[in-house]
Amino acid sequence: MNIFTEFGRYLLMLKDMFSKPENMKMYWKELMHQCVEIGIRSLGIVVIISFFMGAVSALQTAYQLVSPLLPRSTIALIVRDTVILEFAPTLVCIVLAGVVGSKIAGELGNMRVSEQIDALEIMGINTRTYLVLPKILAAMITIPLLVVISMVLGIWGGRLASVATGIVAASQFDKGLLQNFLPYNVFFALAKAYTFSFIISSISSFYGYYVKGGSLEIGRASTQSVIVSCVLILLADYVLSAVLL
Amino acid sequence: MIEIKDLKKTFGDKTVIDGVSAVMQTGKCNLIIGSSGSGKTVFMKCLVGLFEPDSGEILYSGKNFTTMNEEERKELRQQIGMLFQGSALFDSMTVEQNIMFPLDMFTKVSFQEKLKRVNEVLARVNLENVNDKFPAEISGGMKKRVGIARAIVLNPKYLFCDEPNSGLDPQTSLLIDKLIKEITLEYKITTVVNTHDMNSVMETGDHIIYMHQGIKEWEGTNKEIIFSKNQKLNEFIFASEFLQDAKDMRMLEMKGKIDNNRNMDELLK
Ligand SMILES: Nc1ncnc2c1ncn2[C@@H]1O[C@H](COP(=O)(O)OP(=O)(O)OP(=O)(O)O)[C@@H](O)[C@H]1O
Ligand SMILES: [Mg+2]
Repeated sequence: MNIFTEFGRYLLMLKDMFSKPENMKMYWKELMHQCVEIGIRSLGIVVIISFFMGAVSALQTAYQLVSPLLPRSTIALIVRDTVILEFAPTLVCIVLAGVVGSKIAGELGNMRVSEQIDALEIMGINTRTYLVLPKILAAMITIPLLVVISMVLGIWGGRLASVATGIVAASQFDKGLLQNFLPYNVFFALAKAYTFSFIISSISSFYGYYVKGGSLEIGRASTQSVIVSCVLILLADYVLSAVLL
Repeated sequence: MIEIKDLKKTFGDKTVIDGVSAVMQTGKCNLIIGSSGSGKTVFMKCLVGLFEPDSGEILYSGKNFTTMNEEERKELRQQIGMLFQGSALFDSMTVEQNIMFPLDMFTKVSFQEKLKRVNEVLARVNLENVNDKFPAEISGGMKKRVGIARAIVLNPKYLFCDEPNSGLDPQTSLLIDKLIKEITLEYKITTVVNTHDMNSVMETGDHIIYMHQGIKEWEGTNKEIIFSKNQKLNEFIFASEFLQDAKDMRMLEMKGKIDNNRNMDELLK
């Protein structure tokens, strides 16, 4: 199948997602369930990587910043901006493309192969609305929140590492944090987070929903969905930076 | 009543259903029999719209299913119950939640009433104390029965069962056959069953369609089937030498008994 028919099918799936729910309460329940599955269940990994990426970026910035002319508090400023602009939204979303994406593709693929999707269709349920839409919405609700958490933890990790290794004193670090702060950067990061969470959830839903064959293909579909969403995330990252900055 | 007119379905260049016409009658168990790979499952999935047929028409009580749009199909499907060959239970839900799911989605009654209905259908398929088990924790035959329970929980007008008693012991198998027959008569529904189990053919076959390589070879009732002169059908029914011998030896006797007895076991006594 060529890339254009595949893309057409992807758009059709998105379009068919919008139909009237048979029973609002059940759809709400499914949405909440997905928020837990996607958001809460990836909290742990997000906490760990955010903390360390902040810490590491503080140490490495200090290592590169050898000029005695620059005040040490600049480290805080650089850590803050790299974490907010790039690390928290992009790095976290790349990791989530693996964690959340393979999970979504695997779940839907399994439902397709074991005919659970057919069983829902036979009951008279639009499975794109019932299965795909809540996943995309849940991802767009929870992933930007995770990104915000990641920003805070990343900066905190940077501060902790700097103070612990004696590179910058806590008071100096805090002073640096407040220098030249642009709220627009946070807005930009959130724009990225929303775009990436849509990419992750819709691409992995697409690959999972249209699995054909057996369990071997489920694995293949989740790998494929991770690769495609990662590439698209990097591409979108470039486009958004070119347009919004 | 479901009318099927000249249904065709191909996969690539392989013709799986080759121009089948039939009428599935209301209040009867319409059986589709045939050997493995003859196209029974594909035929059933065409009837409910999980596969789009290449040509032909399907009419549900006179309404053309093939030309219906998504919304109309959804409406019709709320009157359809289906058991899949592989059961297709939702594996993230317990048995109770599986069966309650259609009730949750399409009714507004209280939880107590739903639970009552769930236990009612579970009792009908002879299952007890499995409410809180997950599909992975029950046997294949039990999954089949949960699948049937889920299919009948909303009292469908059309019931489709793909091999309801494969993988069941003879006793449970008989129970399921009886159950399907009972609800078909009780609620005057249109039931379509795929099977290759001769016991259930004799037990429930009010109307039998024999499929061979995508073609309807023979059509009739369980009273007529063992006297059919159709070569391929005979090969299918009397595949076991035991049955063939029994048939030859008792042919005359059986002719006298056939009207009173429906059960193969009894015939061969
Ligand atoms: N999705 C598909 N794509 C391609 N070919 C298929 C597909 N589904 C079924 N077939 C082919 O159609 C034929 C009929 O299959 P079907 O599943 O209907 O058999 P069946 O009569 O239900 O057999 P069984 O009794 O073993 O369940 C088989 O030869 C199969 O290879
Ligand atoms: Mg089959």
